[in-house]
Amino acid sequence: MRLTVDGTPHEIDDVHGGQSLLRVLRDVLHITSAKNACEQGECGSCTVAIDGEIACACLVLAAQADGARVETAASLASPGDGALHPLQVAFMRAGAVQCGFCTPGLVVAARDLLARDPDPSEADIREGLNGNLCRCTGYQKIIEAVQMAAREMPR
Amino acid sequence: MGAGVSTGGHVGARLPRSDGPGKVAGEFLYSSDLHVAGMIFGATVRSPHASALIRGIDTRAARALPGVRAVLTHEDVPGDKLVGSTVCDQPVLAIDRVRHHGEPVAIVAADDPVTARRAAALVAVDYEPLEPVVSVQRALADDAPALHPDGNCLRSVPILRGDPRASGEVVIRGRYEVGIQDQAFLGPESGLAIPDADGGVELHVATQWLHIDRDQIAAGLGLPVYRVHVVLAGVGGAFGAREDLSMQLHACMLALRCGRPVKMAYLREESFAGGHVHRHPAWMEYEHHADLQGKLVAVRARLWLDGGAYASTSPAVIANATTLAVGPYAVDNADLLGIVAYTNNTPSGAMRGFGSVQVAVAYEAQMDRLAAAVGRDPLEVRRRNALPEGGTLPTGQAVRGPVATVALLDALEARPLPGPVADPRDLPGSTFGATLGEGVRRGVGYATGFKNIAFSEGYDDCATARVRLIARDGRPVAEIQTAAAEVGQGVLGVQEQVARTELGVEGVVVLAADTAIASAGSASASRLTWMIGGAVKAACTAVRTVVLERAAGVLGDRDTALTLRDGAIWRREQRVLELVDVIGGEAVACTRTYHHAPTEALDPETGQGDSHAGFAFVAHRAVVDVDVELGLARVVELTCAQDVGKAVNPMALEGQLEGGSIQGLGLALSEELLLGDDGLVQTRSFGSYRIPTIVDAAPVPSIVLELGEPDTPYGLRGVGEMPSISSTPAILAALRAATGHALTRAPVRPEDLVVHEKEA
Repeated sequence: MRLTVDGTPHEIDDVHGGQSLLRVLRDVLHITSAKNACEQGECGSCTVAIDGEIACACLVLAAQADGARVETAASLASPGDGALHPLQVAFMRAGAVQCGFCTPGLVVAARDLLARDPDPSEADIREGLNGNLCRCTGYQKIIEAVQMAAREMPR
Repeated sequence: MGAGVSTGGHVGARLPRSDGPGKVAGEFLYSSDLHVAGMIFGATVRSPHASALIRGIDTRAARALPGVRAVLTHEDVPGDKLVGSTVCDQPVLAIDRVRHHGEPVAIVAADDPVTARRAAALVAVDYEPLEPVVSVQRALADDAPALHPDGNCLRSVPILRGDPRASGEVVIRGRYEVGIQDQAFLGPESGLAIPDADGGVELHVATQWLHIDRDQIAAGLGLPVYRVHVVLAGVGGAFGAREDLSMQLHACMLALRCGRPVKMAYLREESFAGGHVHRHPAWMEYEHHADLQGKLVAVRARLWLDGGAYASTSPAVIANATTLAVGPYAVDNADLLGIVAYTNNTPSGAMRGFGSVQVAVAYEAQMDRLAAAVGRDPLEVRRRNALPEGGTLPTGQAVRGPVATVALLDALEARPLPGPVADPRDLPGSTFGATLGEGVRRGVGYATGFKNIAFSEGYDDCATARVRLIARDGRPVAEIQTAAAEVGQGVLGVQEQVARTELGVEGVVVLAADTAIASAGSASASRLTWMIGGAVKAACTAVRTVVLERAAGVLGDRDTALTLRDGAIWRREQRVLELVDVIGGEAVACTRTYHHAPTEALDPETGQGDSHAGFAFVAHRAVVDVDVELGLARVVELTCAQDVGKAVNPMALEGQLEGGSIQGLGLALSEELLLGDDGLVQTRSFGSYRIPTIVDAAPVPSIVLELGEPDTPYGLRGVGEMPSISSTPAILAALRAATGHALTRAPVRPEDLVVHEKEA
């Protein structure tokens, strides 16, 4: 099967039928910017964009993603100079990162939210990021980070 | 500045994390992300029973599977067969019986993770199931089967003070219960063991305490400790769940047996059922005696904690629970007894708050009921009974330093209450359209709490740091080496801030934490900022002394008071020497070990003794909306007020207060690890074990007092655990105010919150 992950094309030979996209990314391609917190579709830490649609990579069969363009948190930085995305900068500046295990999934989900709604209210952010669990922060600084990024991102 | 060198502020500055860029970019490597050439994968065979005899283990089918490299049982444990963080009672692999659901029985290594799990499923264990002991009550009955050689009472802590029979005009009796909370860190138990050429092993692992892991691994492997090198890998949260061994020793056994690097990473299901310990469930009976003004006369309490199948840290947890059982209140007469028992339930151990959380649910409910009984405001009753400065605990220990309880309550009360919710989605359940608000009632509740900081009962609690001042690219750089575990809490930044403050340099590098240096102690008991901060500060002070002596020699001016700041040597307001010129090619390095003041054991009969090293105080106000028709609650605001002594990094501090408070919200409303009557763990996913989502979480405004602790670096107190103590009881109090229900159990269930028509 073929996958383009964060702009890099991959040809993969040894994928077996039941393998999830998350396992192919992590175990076969050694791409660890999608995280393995639950692998039950409950926590959102493996959130990736598949041809622009976000999903938990653990719930997607690798075969379903054949030929797809997959974007993890590593896709947010500028491909040119590697500069971090305003959301990533905001997550740091707001203190929205502690252990950081949820962060890669959250920034992918938050980018998707801001693409659909560039100026979300607090309630919109809570509703929009409800699929991503964080155990460290209590979410307050995550909300602040998304608001901060919304202010600073070009409309 | 060069790779890995962080620049930023001093102690007190609001700073982003130095590991932040890697974390937001998805590049930071956690223990489950590790990969080396030639590595193979481990998997664990776990008990499907809570209690059973093992009649035999047949590994032939597993061994025959292509790609399998090793299948190991207790017979293959090279060293000690029993390990444990406080008591060596836990088999490395089950020997002749299993004592809890998910107990490791065998381990497997194979060329890929799928084959490893398939092989684990092929290990045929012949069990003879036994009737499990699933309650403390049953465990302590005379005719209960003994689960361990010394019986089922793991520890009992009596505390007697004053006249235990003293009585007051008002008597409040209550029974309370707290369910099992799971730490629910997101990064699974995982690591990578690499055998070395000399028969030793290097383990990269997510842990809270490198050296206690190393010592247990070495014992289990039958190796001297210097043959086991433990390196901290990226840690995806901890909260107490990484104080005990999980896969550490198993991965090392497989790596040594196979001569190959072995990676192990638990699945969430096994993380919940057998992977790590949980917060102790508790049953508590209280009797408060007071006068008609609500002044406490006596407190009697009986605490029963379920320790589960193995000791873990239970002996220390029950001591905390019992010594803190009255709360931050003064009472002359106390009769307290805490018991923790072995059962066949999933083992209990450390979780944020460590015994202080369960009793706060009980003593704060009692204080509210006392206030109601004497017709006074609950805050007034708390202020009236609050420990005074220098006040005495039921153990006879006088509290040193400021007691913030009254100031915290005052600050909370002074804060304006939030208005009605602005967005209908903020009503209980209404992100999902559950209600339009017809049945919604608001309640407000307060609670306060406190906890001991650092290790207690005579333990020689210490931390070691090495600081090396070097010149790099024409700039002075402080290099810090410790074994302090950065688990997300921000201790990395604390070390950097201390070095900048003490050495007056901008550039700081914290080396990878490993066992090449002496122990930092555990990232637990809210101790690490204090203890490793003290060690880094002491090492920096020693380095500074050497540097200033050297500078005085250069200047030929031994009498002048020289100081160190902004990368230079200063004589009064004059910059007289550049630090890099003083260092030259000769780095200055010093290693120091920091100890807190000694503590005492508790008297085994009376529970008297100065057992704790220090204390920290906290309070919360919760505002909740409850839909009393649907039984749904939403916390509108959860204000946390805490005396932190000194805020080292206000942003990291707020993160602790917010995150810890929301874990307390989870314990109040939704989080419970459920066990069946058969002792099996039923909640093995985030779908059934419900930690707060971003919709469930409330805003947590924080009120920070910096009253300053005597005898600690910069006057700081520990921070991490306190927000988890009074958050749960404050929410319960608010729910009681909204519903009029007694609510004696955490977490509450929806049916507890439904107000029936006949009640209204």
